[in-house]
Amino acid sequence: MAKNSAKDIEVKAFATHQIITQPNPLRKVLRRVEEKDMDDPVGRAEQALAGLASEFKDWMTIEVHRLSAAWTAVQKDGFTKELRDELFHAAHDIKGDAATFGFPSAAGIAESLCRIIEHAPDLEKVPAELFTHHINAILAIVHENTRLDRISVSAELSHRLRKVADDYLAHVNRDRPEHLEVILAPSIAPVE
Amino acid sequence: MFRIDFNKLRFLVCDDNPHMRRILRTLLHSFGAREVYEAEDGATALEMYSHYVPDIVITDWAMPIFDGLELAQMIRQPESKGNPYAPIIMLTGHSEKRRVTVARDAGVTEFLAKPISAKGLYQRILNVVANPRPFIKTKTYFGPDRRRNTNSAYMGPERRVGEKHEVLQQPSLLDKARSTI
Repeated sequence: MAKNSAKDIEVKAFATHQIITQPNPLRKVLRRVEEKDMDDPVGRAEQALAGLASEFKDWMTIEVHRLSAAWTAVQKDGFTKELRDELFHAAHDIKGDAATFGFPSAAGIAESLCRIIEHAPDLEKVPAELFTHHINAILAIVHENTRLDRISVSAELSHRLRKVADDYLAHVNRDRPEHLEVILAPSIAPVE
Repeated sequence: MFRIDFNKLRFLVCDDNPHMRRILRTLLHSFGAREVYEAEDGATALEMYSHYVPDIVITDWAMPIFDGLELAQMIRQPESKGNPYAPIIMLTGHSEKRRVTVARDAGVTEFLAKPISAKGLYQRILNVVANPRPFIKTKTYFGPDRRRNTNSAYMGPERRVGEKHEVLQQPSLLDKARSTI
């Protein structure tokens, strides 16, 4: 269904470009329905997602163990490209997943950690405490008490770590305007 | 109002994180999809793309072997034997403006910043199904029309030459990525 035959594809050629149009190959899956006949696929999906919630804590535990292991490896062997990438990806996954798993503050801290890894000009010169504070905070939120993330302590922790990390990044990138611009730009991710 | 018959759509989901794949599979099945194929890296995804010919691709950005951006670039090969026109929804934890621009320039159709929500995913799918954009081919780009705003007065260096102005009233990819989901 996904592809039209070549004869259906219309190509208009111009001096610098071509505009290619074709009948919508997915039009057959669209059905016009009355509002009263409309079901609620989004509500259904939200319910199904809620059904997975009992597994979220275990998934999150796996994710933070990966992060912790990556940091231990960096402490042992330094920021090789492979270890740097593994640390970044572990943090990046938590940044993307943690809010869905019910740990939004852990997501915020992981984002801050990602920014340090991405924008510090020399990772070996970043104070180790900056990493350990971020990682320990994520571990604490996930391990110590699930509900911790629902109260203001974890949110406050997340904001303070982000502030410290941003101040550090602004300082070390003061002569790198392209990084400063990215660091200071607002995130496009929806606000918690 | 429109309803999507998800059971007629074939999806390819590409994410190296098994938990995120499980969430995506759960959401798509709940929408009504039956055919959801999964890949954990870009190379496997490309192979599955050729084999299963999915209607819609949902891909993460950061993945092993080659990433979601490279996957999009490989799908968007106008001379390829496969289908270079399939909608690509990039679902990623990257949430900076420049990332949206890079994804757009790789031929990504829609951008969805994590954390994922059922509503956000549904809206992106509805948009690629109901509002497909024409494709543009230039020396350096092949993919869905990147211009969603009408600006008939634009005279900058990237102005297209040799045509009347396109009228495409759609929010920019960035605006959509920013929108609350």
